[in-house]
Amino acid sequence: MKLTLRVWRQQNAEAPGAMATYEVDGISQDMSFLEMLDTLNEELILSGDEPVAFDHDCREGICGACSLVINGDAHGPERTTTCQLHMRSFDDGDTIDIEPWRASAFPVVKDLVVDRSSFDRIIQAGGYISAPTGTAPDAHATPVPKPDADSAFEHAECIGCGACVAACPNGSAMLFTSAKVNHLGVLPQGAPERETRVLDMVATMDDEGFGGCTLTGECATACPKGIPLPSITAMNKEWLRATRKVHR
Amino acid sequence: MTRTLWDSSVGKKTIMAVSGLIMLGYLVVHMLGNLKIFFGPDEFNHYAHWLRTIGEPFLHYEWALWIIRVVLVAAVVLHAVCAYQLSRRDLRARPTAYVHRKARSSYATRTMRYGGIILALFIVWHILDLTTGTVHTGGFQSGHPYQNVLDTFSTWYGNVIYIVAVIAVGLHVQHGFWSAAQTLGVGSATRDRVLKSLANVLAVVLTAGFVSVPVAVMTGVVS
Repeated sequence: MKLTLRVWRQQNAEAPGAMATYEVDGISQDMSFLEMLDTLNEELILSGDEPVAFDHDCREGICGACSLVINGDAHGPERTTTCQLHMRSFDDGDTIDIEPWRASAFPVVKDLVVDRSSFDRIIQAGGYISAPTGTAPDAHATPVPKPDADSAFEHAECIGCGACVAACPNGSAMLFTSAKVNHLGVLPQGAPERETRVLDMVATMDDEGFGGCTLTGECATACPKGIPLPSITAMNKEWLRATRKVHR
Repeated sequence: MTRTLWDSSVGKKTIMAVSGLIMLGYLVVHMLGNLKIFFGPDEFNHYAHWLRTIGEPFLHYEWALWIIRVVLVAAVVLHAVCAYQLSRRDLRARPTAYVHRKARSSYATRTMRYGGIILALFIVWHILDLTTGTVHTGGFQSGHPYQNVLDTFSTWYGNVIYIVAVIAVGLHVQHGFWSAAQTLGVGSATRDRVLKSLANVLAVVLTAGFVSVPVAVMTGVVS
């Protein structure tokens, strides 16, 4: 396959960026999108240019490190992470636009790499439990109803990649925050911090400069792990409940 | 608790949902009242007079109407202020647009902000036209709403402004009603189809009901 890539290049956080055009040839349909970028970077290095910086780690769709807005879609045209996106989803001769996540809470570090530590601060605000849960066998000591366990697992699938923020026209982190809130909120182990968790995490989300939710549904469409849109509704309900219960 | 609501983006959305539902409830009653125009001038004018006597003798003449007006103004102001502040936050959160643009979300969803501005301007004109009569054409007669409605819908601009605003109401309600349900936490995966259908029905019924009046005047059904 021969492709034309239009890639966002930006030297550092302060420097202005722009789209740069590159031609890559000899791309196999079995390559992942990141392997295709590796090929581009090898050519750039050989010709003495600076390689394109992009985030990646496990390359098996479970760590949440990779990002990229590909032709306007977070993680590209398939419902998966960029590392699990393969070049067979594109045609020979295609022009592909590659941009970083765009949000004021995700400032560009370099090229396609953005700083997602705002997500870490949302987690620090309440995305944990304080109860000692013991070792693995002790987990069975606390019975969890099957529907609650399923719901917790569904929300625990969130890998914190930030595709929801990138896809949202408002740069909102509601889907991410709701996945974390609902994951711990439905479990008995998460009950002691149930109210403070949702109040503190939503407050931190606001403080980090994420936008609000206008229920466009773009986040849930983009989410590689299929966190559903009603997750946001459930968090709204939790937030209102906590506001009624906690007086401060 | 009030501070928490006002300080949070989720809280402001809650205020928007509640104020929106108040206005929506008013619109349904308003639309049904408008349909009385099809029963002739006597019944329509009598209905308009009755609105001023609701709650008598416990309430003084027009007091109920003024209570409704105060609640509605509060709802409009809270809804608009929250919408403005949340929109500012949303625009700040995405300072750099994507180079590769895609048409995102439904038309009703994308036009909520423009629709809201259109509706705010319409409400001002609508009150000056048919409540105070300040910008009314054809000689405003207090106590004769039937004739006043005929005057307004006998002008081309009266019809255009009204029909554009009514379509804006339909679109706004279609996304707004369902969104309010999500914001208030009453939506769920199982209830989603019911809520979406209800939003569509409300949008269509309100649009059709309101539009029927100018259409009836234009076609001579009401004269």
